[in-house]
Amino acid sequence: MSYPNPVVEVVALCKTYQVHRRPPGLLPALRSVFRRRTEPVNAVQGLSFRIDPGERVGFLGPNGAGKTTTLKILSGLLHPTSGQVSVAGHVPFQRAPGFLKQITLVMGQKQQLLWDLPPAETYAMNRAIYDVPQAQADETIRELSDVLEIGDLIHKPTRQLSLGERMKCELIAALLHRPRVLFLDEPTIGLDVSMQAKMREFIRHYNERFGAAVLLTSHYMDDVTALCPRVVVIDRGRLIYDGDLKALIRRVRPDKRLTIRLSTPVSRVDLEALTTVVSHEPHQTVLSVAPERLNVTIQSLLSSFSVADLAVEDPPLEEVLRELFREARAPEEIARGTGPSASQ
Amino acid sequence: MSDRASSFLSEFRRARRAYPTLLRIGLSEVIAYRAEFVVWILTTNMPFVMLAIWHAVASEGPVGRFAQTDFVAYYLGGWVIRLLTSTWMVWELSMEIRGGTLSTRLLRPLHPLFAFSAEHLAAIPMRALIVSPVIAVLVVSAGSRLALRDPRIAAIFCASLVGAWLLIFFTMVLLGSLTFFLESALGVFEIWLALHSVLSGYLIPQELLPRWVAAIARHSPFDSMLAFPLETLVGMRDLSTALRDLAMQWMWVAVMVAAGLAVWRRGVRRYVAFGG
Repeated sequence: MSYPNPVVEVVALCKTYQVHRRPPGLLPALRSVFRRRTEPVNAVQGLSFRIDPGERVGFLGPNGAGKTTTLKILSGLLHPTSGQVSVAGHVPFQRAPGFLKQITLVMGQKQQLLWDLPPAETYAMNRAIYDVPQAQADETIRELSDVLEIGDLIHKPTRQLSLGERMKCELIAALLHRPRVLFLDEPTIGLDVSMQAKMREFIRHYNERFGAAVLLTSHYMDDVTALCPRVVVIDRGRLIYDGDLKALIRRVRPDKRLTIRLSTPVSRVDLEALTTVVSHEPHQTVLSVAPERLNVTIQSLLSSFSVADLAVEDPPLEEVLRELFREARAPEEIARGTGPSASQ
Repeated sequence: MSDRASSFLSEFRRARRAYPTLLRIGLSEVIAYRAEFVVWILTTNMPFVMLAIWHAVASEGPVGRFAQTDFVAYYLGGWVIRLLTSTWMVWELSMEIRGGTLSTRLLRPLHPLFAFSAEHLAAIPMRALIVSPVIAVLVVSAGSRLALRDPRIAAIFCASLVGAWLLIFFTMVLLGSLTFFLESALGVFEIWLALHSVLSGYLIPQELLPRWVAAIARHSPFDSMLAFPLETLVGMRDLSTALRDLAMQWMWVAVMVAAGLAVWRRGVRRYVAFGG
């Protein structure tokens, strides 16, 4: 469903950096003192998309695709080279207080907590800066602390907290003013699996409780599959997919993944007679099956082998994206004569 | 009222509301870094070295208008004023711009310079506490040289301290903001520091410099940063001169605020928010 007023609207966004280039060595270093060579790098090229209030959108792409640059433009840190951007009705780079009070940007590798003071002091500072009434701030801290099971961590100096504890406290600091738009850049980076799950649960809770829109980048595809019904995928600064995550998987990798656990070992050859084998161990194997052959294949497996357990899943999102990027780059590679079709 | 003026006023109101909390938290940070803070203060010992040298020289007789006690008043007073008015903005800005941590400040709905100023002002009580023994020595050893018995001079001196703090703060904003344009502004700052040490009277009283250097120093903003409040304190500038120099100091403050903000604004447009 699309609302008349999107909370984020990006039209033909471009961002070009001027990057200093210099070969290694003393001579090039001296030469660069007098003649500094820069060259343009197009980080984002004609990107357009919109996000409605309350939507959770995954923002995906390989390293250097332009995801973080886009998030920084959306949060007002960078000026776009061209194109139009509107977030919560504001032009982000003007950084009007009314805009900054409605957004937050969480970067997994950056922190806003005051290092030598307890997180409670950062919360007090943010409360004052964002002009949040004391009662509302207390309620938000209590509620979010409960969901994240933080206990009295907020009264321990930040430097004494573990990475996971710090990240939890960081999220509360970022959400104390109850923003309507969350830009989350790798919020679970470096966290263990259970902490990642806790973070995902928390983000979903916040989204549902406050109706906030979420734009999430993550290299952990579990974050995206668990949270985002829709994904925007970019590569080399260009949009290559915008839509439903399940539809993307169906389009790019329609085959299902069938994981079977076997009571008695079965040879790979026997399984290959039925369908494609993705991985094989004596007691566990993963098969790739076309959706229309799923029922038949399962029946054959159950009747021919001693199957102890069986699970049907979509292929991993990592594989889907690899395939999508390969598809997107194929025309360019063919044009350059480096693609697979070029040699045929 | 223009949009710009009303936006400045609402920014100012927001800052006023947030300022007490920012000052309290700034003070908590200074207390957390107290050991590092004391060590930093102890490294600013050059005035004591210069005092020892000039004190020895003046044992033979006064140097210009300076007898031994005058040197004591001058260098102790200079050290105290320097500690109360100096800021470390240039290092902080340079580090935050290069490392991308300025992003956190830019994402908050309060101008980063208000937040920086609160952090730096919050350090003054701690600095005052540390310099209080030196103030006691200053009063005991050279109390008669201090010109603060005249309430008009005392008022000018207090205003000159505020002016010196603002002038130095916005000079540091300007120098630190050069990091938006240069790979590092610290080299430029080193040049500034060398000029400041000579022309502000920090190392040598202006009137002991060669005449042409002293003339340049008197007409430069460095005079307003240290020499003017210091010489007013130790009774080397009479009321009318001090009043004229106060006007000159606040003119420099206005110039440096405008220049610092202009470079800051242009710089923020170029900010690339490295990292993350």
